[in-house]
This record gives sequence, structure tokens and C-alpha cells, in this order.
Amino acid sequence: MRVIRLIAGAVFKESVRDRVPYAMVVFAVLLIAASYLIGQLTAGQDMKTIKDLGLAALSIFGLFIAVFIGIGLVSKEVEKKSVFGLLSKPVSRTQFILGKYAGLVMTLAVNLGVMTMAFFAMLYYMNATTPAGVRAAWPSPAMDPRLLLAIGLIFAELMIVTALALFFSAFSSPLLATLLTLGLWVAGHFNADLRNFENVVDSAVVVAVARGVYYVIPNLAPFDVKAEVVYGMPIAMRAVSFTLIYAAVYIALLLTATVTIFRRRDFK
Amino acid sequence: MTSAIETEALTKEFRVGFWRPRMHCALDALTLRVEAGEVFGFLGPNGAGKSTTLKLLMQLIYPTSGRATILGRPAGDLDVKRRIGFLAENPYYYDYLTVEEVLAYFARLFGVSGAAVAARVGAVIEDVGIEAYRKTKLRALSKGNLQRVGLAQALINDPEVLFLDEPMSGLDPIGRHHVRDLILKLRQRGRTVFFSSHILSDAESLCSRVGIMAQGRLVACGLVSEMLAFELKGWELVVSGLSDDVAGRLRTRVRTITPLTHARFMLDLPPEAEPETLIGELRATGAQLVSLNPVRETLEDYFVKQVSAAKPRT
Repeated sequence: MRVIRLIAGAVFKESVRDRVPYAMVVFAVLLIAASYLIGQLTAGQDMKTIKDLGLAALSIFGLFIAVFIGIGLVSKEVEKKSVFGLLSKPVSRTQFILGKYAGLVMTLAVNLGVMTMAFFAMLYYMNATTPAGVRAAWPSPAMDPRLLLAIGLIFAELMIVTALALFFSAFSSPLLATLLTLGLWVAGHFNADLRNFENVVDSAVVVAVARGVYYVIPNLAPFDVKAEVVYGMPIAMRAVSFTLIYAAVYIALLLTATVTIFRRRDFK
Repeated sequence: MTSAIETEALTKEFRVGFWRPRMHCALDALTLRVEAGEVFGFLGPNGAGKSTTLKLLMQLIYPTSGRATILGRPAGDLDVKRRIGFLAENPYYYDYLTVEEVLAYFARLFGVSGAAVAARVGAVIEDVGIEAYRKTKLRALSKGNLQRVGLAQALINDPEVLFLDEPMSGLDPIGRHHVRDLILKLRQRGRTVFFSSHILSDAESLCSRVGIMAQGRLVACGLVSEMLAFELKGWELVVSGLSDDVAGRLRTRVRTITPLTHARFMLDLPPEAEPETLIGELRATGAQLVSLNPVRETLEDYFVKQVSAAKPRT
């Protein structure tokens, strides 16, 4: 555990000093700020627009950070051979992967935290500068705590994406790993269509294959509760709990697969 | 007594080619023993299998067949890793961490904690001579200083066995001198050093034993003194005041005559020549002796002979 903690700490330190995530966080904060201006253009919908845009910015920039840092750090370590220095120390390959993952998740959490603070600062400003009469017409309060639930689910989803990025980095090139991770993220949001493929085609084989793919690729749609939060619709906590358990199981399986591949890999 | 490093028929084959994959034997049945306290030079041209051997010993790659042990335990064992140090060829660490941070990180991986971390980091920084760069991020370091950081991290746990892959690579003459001194100090302290190198003069001056690799095979291994009989290859005689007439007559008795600056000539004599007789004769013609040196076989000659004789891979 000590070794995993040390590796995670080094990953965190290295990635927070890298300028790329900063650029992304700054861009996301700017977008959140811009949502205020865009909100002004949509009469009566300003709060919804700000929340919608803010959550979308968190999700998209969080995705970029997860993919680019996840793949960048591990692939760079293998390509530039710093992995040689680390694996010749009393560090097992399992500890290496788990440490890297923990460090990446820590980095992601801090970046999401910064973006969340910027988002809430914007909402606070909106709340303070809007007359009470207008506020009463909003479907949910500006500082709705359920926003944190939506962000929590975005974080869980990005933890899966980070595990995917690490998995693909364990055996493929950085470019391929990036494409595969982003591809699976997109597919993961439309996964439900695969489950009900019999409504689209008649072939039993195709339906069986589609069903198989459905179970393999991550089902990311349940992590998206932005609409429910923005429009003040109810969210079933049971479904949220199930989604979080699903994330934990999926991440555990992915990390197990990553460790299995990584333990057999030759570092030429 | 257990050997520090032992390999038995250690073999590594790689699959090469995408459309028509075939096996390439990077290391062919390497059997080798390095005793504790030895400085062992692992020599060979590019692609001879030196780095492959080091990677197998570090278990960065897995053998196709054969076995390797370090300090009596299988290579890759975590307990073994606690007692060894490794410097990879062209090392790269973490761009955004400082020299002190990287070394402290590696020290902690060995279980060093508290004030002992700073003490250990300070000691290795001094050992490799990078005191001025303690707080510098690695991305700002030159290649030579990165190599020194690589050496420092390999020494961080005061290892019993040190593996160095091309330790002189990228170093300036002062840096090379520093590393040579460091290896000698380690030898005095009874540490085992296994290093691969292209630079034969370093191996000749540092190693008790050397192994020569070619085409993935160990083609020679033994004490430097045994490998080289220090056989006399000839004489190098430098004289001045040599007239053209005398020089013309000498051509049948010497291998070559090379004109040098300041009206001097270098005469290359065969080993059976009697230089004292020749010097007497030359003096009688008015020529003066500048220097006389015997030419003996070097490790480089032996190396070239062994590597050239190695059969290509099948």
C-alpha cells in the first residue's frame, strides 16, 4: 500500500506541474464564465443554460484530462523508458498500475474540484444578482446540491474512462489508445441501443453479437443525470447507487485486465 | 559461496515483422557467473545482446528459456530488487520533478523514511557531483547531468550489486573520470558492479573480468590479464635528423616510415627487430633518438578479433 501511495503521489505531483491540464481547466473555467453571457441571450432560460453548459464543460474537459493525462503519463513512461528505473526498484508491476491509477484519479479529482468551484462561484453570482421574483420561476435553486450529485457521477464516469485509458496504454501506442478510449466513451453513451438491437435487425446472430458488445463496453448513459438536475426532475437514488456499484465493478475488472497484460509485457 | 549474478542458458527471442513474423534471437544461451566484489565489464558492439541481458536480469523482459539469479534468488524477486541498483541506457525520469524530489521518491520506494531520506539523497548527489542542480527540474538538465541523476538513483539504496548500462554515455571527460572513480570506490567497498560499455579503455582500466558479446552470444569471458597475453606487436621509434638517403635504405627493415612535424619520423618496426642496434646505426648517420615505445595488444585488438570471428546468427 505504501508503494502504491508513493507512486500515486509522484504521478499527482508530475501531472499538476504539467501545463496541459492547467490549460484545459482554464479553458473550462472560461467556458463556465461564458455561459453567463450565453444565458443572457436566452430569455427566461438563463439559469438552465448556465447549468447545462457548466456541467457539459466539466464533463468534456474532465474527459480530455482523463484521456490525455491517463494515456500521456503511462505511455510516456513506457516509451521514454522511465518505467525501467521504477520497475528495477522493489515495485511490482501490479503496484505500478494501481499507483498510476490512484495518482491519475487524484489529479482528476483536483481538476474537477477546481472546475466545480468556478461553476459554483458563477451560480452564486447569478443567485445574488437575480431578483427574488425571477429566482422563484427557476425549476431548481441556483446552488442546487443535486448539482454535486451530477458532478459526482461525472467523476465516477471519468474514473472508468481513466481505467480504460490505462488499459489501452498497457498494450498499444498512445494514438491508438486515445482513439480507442474516446471511441468507447462515445459508444458507452449509446450503449442502450445495442441492448435493444432486435428492434432494428432480424438476424439472431447480429442481435447476439450486439448483446455481447453491450455487456463488454461500458454503459455510460446512466452516469448522465444533467437533464434531471437542470430541469428539477426526480432522480432515483437506487439507480444512482446501482450506477456507482457498476462503476466500481467495471473499474476493478478493467484494472485486473490491465495488470494481467502489463505483468506479461516485455519492455523492449 | 553464492555468485552475485548467475545465468544459465539464458535465451531471448523476439518476434519481428508484422506481415511475416519470424523469431529473432537477441540472446543465445548465455551462461555466465559474476562473483561478489567483482567489477565485470560486459562488452560488445551495438545489437550484441548487452541491453537484452540487462533487461532480462531486471526482468523488464522475460526469457524465452534459461534462468537468471541475482544474489542466489531469481531475477525480478522483490527482495533481490531491494539489494540492487540499475542504470538504464539513456535514462529518462520525470520532467517536472526536481533532482531532489526524484531521488527522495526512489529512496522512499526502498522504505527509507524521515530524516534518513534527505541524508541519503544528499550523499548520492555528492557522490555523482550534481550538488548545483538539487532544485533543478529534470527537464532543464543536460544529457550528461541526467546520466548523473540516473547513476544517483541507482546508488540510492547503497546496492550490493550495481547494474550499469552504458554508464559513460553522454558524459564529458570530467564526468567519465568521475564515474570511473565512483566505480573504483564501489569496488573498494566490496560491491559488485556489472556494466555494459562500448568504451574499451574504461573496461580495461576498471574491470577484473570482462565478457565479450557478439551476435547475441558470449564469445569470450575471463580475466583481462588472461585474455591479453600483452603480446608484443612491434616497436614505435621516433627519430629526428633522418636524411632522405638513410630513410630510403631503412624501408626494407621497417614496416612504415611516417613523416611527423619538426623534421621527425616515426618508424614502425616489426616485433623481431632489434631497436637498440638500429638506434646505434641511426646515431652514426647523425640522426637523434626522440622516443622508443613497445606496441602491445590492447583489449580493443582482442575485442575486434573476437567480434569479427563471431558467426552470424542463424
